[in-house]
Amino acid sequence: MKPKTKANNTLIHFDNVSKRYPGGHTGLSNVSLRIEAEEVVFLTGHSGAGKSTLLKLIGLLERPSNGQLHVNERNLSRLKKSQIPYHRRDVGMIFQDHRLLHDRTVFDNVALPLVVAGVGHKEIGRRVRAALDKVGLLHKERSGPITLSGGEQQRVGIARAVVSKPPLVLADEPTGNLDPALSEEIMELFMQFNQVGVTLLIASHDIDLINRMQKRILTLNKGQLVADTKTEPADGGE
Amino acid sequence: MAVSKRLLNAPKIWLQRHAQVALSSLGRMVKNQLATLMTCAVIGIALAMPLGLHVMLGNLQRISGAWDSGASISVFLKQTVSDERAAALAKELRLHQRIEGVELISRKSALEEFQQLSGYADALEALDSNPLPALLIVQPKADYTTAETAQLLVRELKLLPDADIVQLDLQWVRRLQAITVIAQRAVVVLAALLGMAVLLIVGNTIRLEIQNRHAEIEITKLIGATNAFIRRPFLYTGFWYGLFGGVIAWLLVAIAITLLSGPIANLANLYESSFSLSSLNLSTIFSLLFGSSLLGLAGSWLAVGRHLSAIEPS
Repeated sequence: MKPKTKANNTLIHFDNVSKRYPGGHTGLSNVSLRIEAEEVVFLTGHSGAGKSTLLKLIGLLERPSNGQLHVNERNLSRLKKSQIPYHRRDVGMIFQDHRLLHDRTVFDNVALPLVVAGVGHKEIGRRVRAALDKVGLLHKERSGPITLSGGEQQRVGIARAVVSKPPLVLADEPTGNLDPALSEEIMELFMQFNQVGVTLLIASHDIDLINRMQKRILTLNKGQLVADTKTEPADGGE
Repeated sequence: MAVSKRLLNAPKIWLQRHAQVALSSLGRMVKNQLATLMTCAVIGIALAMPLGLHVMLGNLQRISGAWDSGASISVFLKQTVSDERAAALAKELRLHQRIEGVELISRKSALEEFQQLSGYADALEALDSNPLPALLIVQPKADYTTAETAQLLVRELKLLPDADIVQLDLQWVRRLQAITVIAQRAVVVLAALLGMAVLLIVGNTIRLEIQNRHAEIEITKLIGATNAFIRRPFLYTGFWYGLFGGVIAWLLVAIAITLLSGPIANLANLYESSFSLSSLNLSTIFSLLFGSSLLGLAGSWLAVGRHLSAIEPS
């Protein structure tokens, strides 16, 4: 299996994918695109353009109505229901509203993906602290999420998404509720994860911020992919 | 190496996880003490009813069993049989393998007793001869005291040429036993109905719990939790509800027995009996707790199966 992965670096492959909702609303229509491993890709467009739909299809929150979608060499159109949890463990998800469990501590929130995957007790402690350290919240591990600021809560969400070291992280408007300085910080954090090999797909409508990052930008409009601009990084790091 | 180490650790991690889930679902229940206590009490009361009736029936059977074994067979001999012949017959019967003992009431002593008790002494004086027959009271051996085997003995005694009327005074004991059998059935039916009630109580409680934790379930599914993982804490919660309900039922019945035992001992005294109310034995307690835990588990399984799959993240 391994050589195959090496030969084919495509992590996400949309082949003519459409998503229609019951009632006639179209989420995505005939989208084709490839995202390579270790890429950082921004996804932009007006609200309702299909950004969230695209992310939901990758995380298997929804199934495509038409077309083929491969993520991590899994054919998501055909993946059995019982296999969905295992697919999601390979995809870290970050949400605008954080989606933290408010009756548990920061530590327990971040530990959740490891607990779910059946990781041993000691290993959990080690990896959760490493992830919290990375996002700068190690000193808050015993706090409840509700006592944290919006930016801190988002960082807990990020720590939770990366703690199990998934190859792919999706973020839906991760800076949507944050001021520019905090948004910048969060983006900086994302780039650090990218440097250790994590592929990132970030949906955002903050055009200024995205342009400053100098990464690939996918633009959606009314469910269609209307632009795919690749900005070569100035330092040529790849 | 890493793989084999992981495999070796797997059962340990599995156990660890189960223990953790069991404890954390217990902790969650303790946090909402009042609601938990009320649910457990309802389960306990529902289970205490059939349990209490079962204990009462057990006692009733003990009493009627004692009466049954105390039952003796009255053999009225023919008028023509003399007291000497009756005594010889009694002696003969005492050697019978199914007979424990024989009490002889001779014609003479029967007459004396009758004169004493009836007040017809004068009338009896006027008679030429003793109108009363001799009576043998036959006590069957312990192995032959059930209604059926005693009946066999009755048939055998009837064949005696000297016997006139052979009576087994068991009719009412048998009726009581028949009633007991009906009552036993009724307890089984009641237990089944109330067991179903417990199933529904636990199921409904778990359903509410699932609704309360809707957001949590959604998030856990997003993170890649399998259905089994999400199910587990609810199943443990159901198990605990059942177990604690069982413990409450046990306590309720034990208290009821303690409260009743004094007056019943009093009553037994008045009947010159040493009867005392028997309490719950270990095997009953064990089956109660096992059964109630199983009911709790089954109830939560029903709720979880129906409601968890309906929650999908969006």
